[in-house]
Formats: sequence, structure tokens, C-alpha cells
Amino acid sequence: MIYREAGQYKTSYASDQALLPIRQDRIGLLLILVIAFVIVPIFGSSFFLGSIMIPFLVFALAAIGLNILTGYAGQLSLGTGAFMGVGAYACYKLTSYFPDVNIIVHVLVSGLFAALIGVIFGLPSLRIKGLYLAITTLAAQFFLEWCFIRIAWLYNNNDSGAIEVPRRYIGDLALTGPTATPVTRYLVILSLVAIMTLVAANVLRGRIGRSWMMIRDMDIAAELMGIRPLRAKLSAFAFSSYYCGVAGALMVFFWLGSAEVEAFDINHSFLILFMVIIGGMGSLAGCFMGAAFLWILPIVIRFVPSVLGIDMLAATTEHISNIIIGALIIFFLIVEPHGFARLWQIGKEKLRTWPFPYASS
Amino acid sequence: MLAIVIEWLNTLFVAPFVDMFSLPDFLLQVLWEGFVSGVLYALIALGFVLIFKASGVFNFAQGIMVVFAALVLVSLHAMGMPAWVALALTVGVMGIFALVVERVVLRKLVNQPDAILLMATIGLTLVVKGAGQLFFGGEPKSMITEELGLPTGSSDWEVFDGIVIFQHIDIAAAVIAILMVASLGVFFSKTRIGRALRAVADDHQAALSVGISLNQIWAIVWFAAGIVALVTGIMWGARSDVSFALEIIALKALAVLILGGFTSIPGAIVGGLLVGIGEKLFEVYWGPIFGGGVEAWFAYVLALVFLLFRPQGLFGERIIERV
Repeated sequence: MIYREAGQYKTSYASDQALLPIRQDRIGLLLILVIAFVIVPIFGSSFFLGSIMIPFLVFALAAIGLNILTGYAGQLSLGTGAFMGVGAYACYKLTSYFPDVNIIVHVLVSGLFAALIGVIFGLPSLRIKGLYLAITTLAAQFFLEWCFIRIAWLYNNNDSGAIEVPRRYIGDLALTGPTATPVTRYLVILSLVAIMTLVAANVLRGRIGRSWMMIRDMDIAAELMGIRPLRAKLSAFAFSSYYCGVAGALMVFFWLGSAEVEAFDINHSFLILFMVIIGGMGSLAGCFMGAAFLWILPIVIRFVPSVLGIDMLAATTEHISNIIIGALIIFFLIVEPHGFARLWQIGKEKLRTWPFPYASS
Repeated sequence: MLAIVIEWLNTLFVAPFVDMFSLPDFLLQVLWEGFVSGVLYALIALGFVLIFKASGVFNFAQGIMVVFAALVLVSLHAMGMPAWVALALTVGVMGIFALVVERVVLRKLVNQPDAILLMATIGLTLVVKGAGQLFFGGEPKSMITEELGLPTGSSDWEVFDGIVIFQHIDIAAAVIAILMVASLGVFFSKTRIGRALRAVADDHQAALSVGISLNQIWAIVWFAAGIVALVTGIMWGARSDVSFALEIIALKALAVLILGGFTSIPGAIVGGLLVGIGEKLFEVYWGPIFGGGVEAWFAYVLALVFLLFRPQGLFGERIIERV
């Protein structure tokens, strides 16, 4: 009843091709944005902002990056963590060389370095496909991890081998470093994620995005229809790595505050892959749902025993959450291989025909 | 400028070989170490190949199965059982594991794309890992080498004015690996089930039409992979400790598979040996130039370079694509 587009006539090409053609979708998105930009910063506690919302947004951005590559362009990647690392280390080097430039500019520029590295490791994708490509991204993962440890220049030759986030201000407002408040960091990340999601949504439905989907669906047929695999695949790698790189830089500078190479290891790559699978391959909304689910679920599992009054070790809850996540992945692959995004889609279909589900739409 | 280039070429392409041949006994030692770790890589890869051939599933969980099997064995023994009873029980556990996987995961995912099946096994990895850590604890355990009747100690071989040390457990590992590959070969070519396995590997539908039960075959093949995992776990565990760190090492088997081809048992062995020996040689003779630790990525980069020239692997079937 509420969610129905009957009566919404499109009177121009512009309205026909709008990003969200249905009015209810527009209102819903606006509501979400108002909640995210106004209500959450005002009412959220610093734990909620710093430990739930900020990581969620960072992972959602990384998941968008991976989803562009895996969900839209069909190139399986296990090297997301390393590409995030490239962004983080690049941002660290940039801000130590140019301390006066705004840190947000650095974050955005550091994504370009990740994109460059992504293109280099994407080159084999022109010859190899599917599972084999997963191995080459594994090569990227381990090689880059090794670089992060062995090339001392990357972390300014300090003894700890970790990158420490310096204090950076915009005017008098601390953006990064220990003095920055969670609200500031949250708003910076939220704005970047919102803008980058909008850009991604538009790129994906444009010419480049459609060429990626053609490559995904059947690469040889796409080639015969005039898509250049070289350009399509490498641009997918570049675009995806850019997003991952920015997510990595945001992760270190606006969430963790300092990071060692462990922050970018293979488990991280898997975590983001799981977010994409559970959220839904080939769906931007799915990235947010997957990231929220996989980030919040372990936190909930950690709290449940203490609420129920059961004494449980931290390690035990971690193992249980491992089992649950693994089982959920299998469950989703069996029951709904397209993840939360498809569930959401089905829900919307149901809403359209409610309360007359037998009426053909 | 030219001098610098020549010096670089020297350190990269001449000096390592000079090092190799100036100390031949050390070279032999390095080769032997590489050979043994290559055998173990080959064993892990063998488990992958078995499952891939029969069901087209790229079993990411093989690495964690190795850890899981070894942990079950060690823990059963720690509960006071004699080693052989524990071993038999572990085999039983792997059998049940195979049945459960076939029943709960594979049967529901028949005919899904490769990538979906791969991700399902990644999910399986998480479940097994969580369960293993929950029941057995995350800390490393030592393998019950002596109780299983495996040899310990070492012998020296005097050669080239030096000595090469052979750990007995390494020799045993090599022998057992060879025996296992041979018995698998016999199993595949001589027994009824083995021939059914090959038929399934060749063409699922044709196999179904002559009355071979796919579900049964998949359970058997996962069981076989479980036994391979157990043997691998015992051997790895005897060389180092049984811990979840093995899982990362098992990822190297992916590189081995690329070299050998996904469907070839000889390929898995040759690929394993190539990676094992290549990685040790590279680490010892070229590693210092790069600052050490190159073992972590050598296998993958080797596989990557190799893939560029021969995408189907050494012994893989030629990939033909049609629209």
C-alpha cells in the first residue's frame, strides 16, 4: 500500500533515468541520510560512534570496492586487505611529506596509489580467469604484506614498524590523532562514504559499469560485442582498488589511529569478501547490509553471554562467532546466493502487491 | 653507471650460483629441505585435486582439514587412548565429517557456479576453524610422533668434505607420501569405486546415467581427502607443531595447484616439489638480496608468472572456451 509507484508518471527523460525513480525510495534514502548525518551524531554515544558506526562505514566502503571488482566485473579477489594497506601507507607517506595539505585530500589521493598497484596486479586477469585469478590476488596479498614489513621507508624507519597517525587539523578542529572526537571522525567518514557511494552508483549504471557487467556475464561474448577486455578489466581493478585504498586510509587515520601490517592481513581480505557475499554480489545496498551484519554480529555475540549471566571467555565467544558466520555463509549460499540484497528486493516486491499478493503486477 | 648495472647483474645472476657450488654439501642440504617441504605441499595439493576432480569443487577447507585431523588425533591421545586407537577413531571422525559435508553442503549446491562452491568451502573453513578452536583450544600442540611408531632422530651423510643431515621423520614423510600416491593410483585404476570416481570426474551426467551415485562418490572422495589431510597433518605436525598457523601454509598449496593444474595428480606432486625446492633455494640464495622473508610470497609469484605463459598448468587439460 505504502510502497507503490502507481500514479508516479515520468514526464521527461531525466526523470526516467533518475538514480531513484520511485518516490518512496527517494524519501527513504533521505530519511536514512537525515538519521545518519543528524540524529546519530547528536544522540550516539562515543562507543557507538567509535566502535560500531565508524568501522561499519569503513568496511562498507571496502566492500563496495570489492563488490565493484567481484560482484560487478566478476573478477574474484582475495587481496582486498593488501590494497587497503597500500592506501593506508600511501596516505601516511603523503602526510609526512606534505603535512600542510588537508588530510582529506591525502586520503583521496592515496586511493590513486592503491589504484595503480591494483592495475599492476590486475594485468594477469587479461589472461587468467575465475579461480586462477584468485591465486594472483593472493600473490598480491602476500607480496604487499611482505613489502609493508620489509620496506622500512614505508613507515618512516621507525622502530615499532607501525604507522602512527599524526594530529591534523582543519582550522582549529582536530580531524585525526588522539584529540579528534568520534563525532568529527564519524562525520568525515560518513560524508566521504556517502559521496563515493553516489559516484559508484552512477559509474556502475553508466557506460563503464555496464561494460564490467558484460565482462562478468560472459567475457567472450562481451568482447565480440565490442567491449575491450583490457580497458574494462583494468578499469574495474583501478576503480575497485581506489575504493579499497581510500577505505584503508580511512581505517587507519579515522578509526584505528595506528596500524601494523596485521591490520591488512589475509583474514581481513576474507572478512570483506564475506561481507560482499552475505550482503549480495552486485548490489551497493548489499555492501552496507553485509558490513553492518558482519561487524555488529560478533559484537552482539560478545554481549549475549554477559546479558544472560553466563561467564564466557573472550576467545570462546570469538570462536562461536566464527562458527556462526561460517554457517551463515553456507546457509546464504544455499538458500539465497544473492544475499541480503535479494531479500530486500523480494521484500519490496511483496510490499508492492500487499495486501493483494495474488494480483499480478 | 655501467659498473652498477654489472654489479647488480652479478649479485642477481652470478653470485648465488657461485655460492651454491662453492659449498655443495650445503646446497644438498637446502635441496633436501626443499624436497621434504615440497612433498608436504604436494600432499595438501593432492587433497585439493581429489575433490576437484570428482566434484568440481575447489576445496578451500583442505588446509583447515589438515589442522583439524591432526588436532583430533592429538587430543584423543591426550585423553588417554593408545595411539593406534586414536588414529582409527580420527579416521572415523574424518569419515563422519565427509558424510556431513556431502549431506549438508554439497548436495544442496549441486550445479552452482564454481565461485559459489569455492565460497561455500570458505564458509566451511570458518566453521571447522571455530569448532576446532572451541573444542581443542587455540594453542599449539606437539604431534605424538613416537607413539605412532614414526622414526625420530637423524643420520648424517658425509659428502663433498661436509655432511648433509637427514631427519628420519623427513625420510618417513617422503616414503609415506610415495606410498600414498601409489596406493591412490592403484585405487583409481583397479577398484570398482576408483573407476566410478574417474567416470564422475569425466562427466557427471554420463556417470549418473550408468547408475553411479554422485552423492556416494562425493562422500567417498571427501573421505579420501580427509585421510590425505590426516596423513599431511601428522607429517607437518611432526616437523613443527600442530597449530592453526598451518592453515596459511596450506594456502601455498593453491600455488602448487596452479603450477600442476587442477585436475592432475602427477601435476600436484611435480608442482609441490617445484614450489618446495624453488622456495628454499630462493630464500637461501636470493633472499638476503631482498631482505629475507621471501618465502611468504615466492610460491604465489612463481605461480603468477607461470600462469601468464601456461594458464592450464603443467599437466592440466587445455582450456577451451566457447560462447
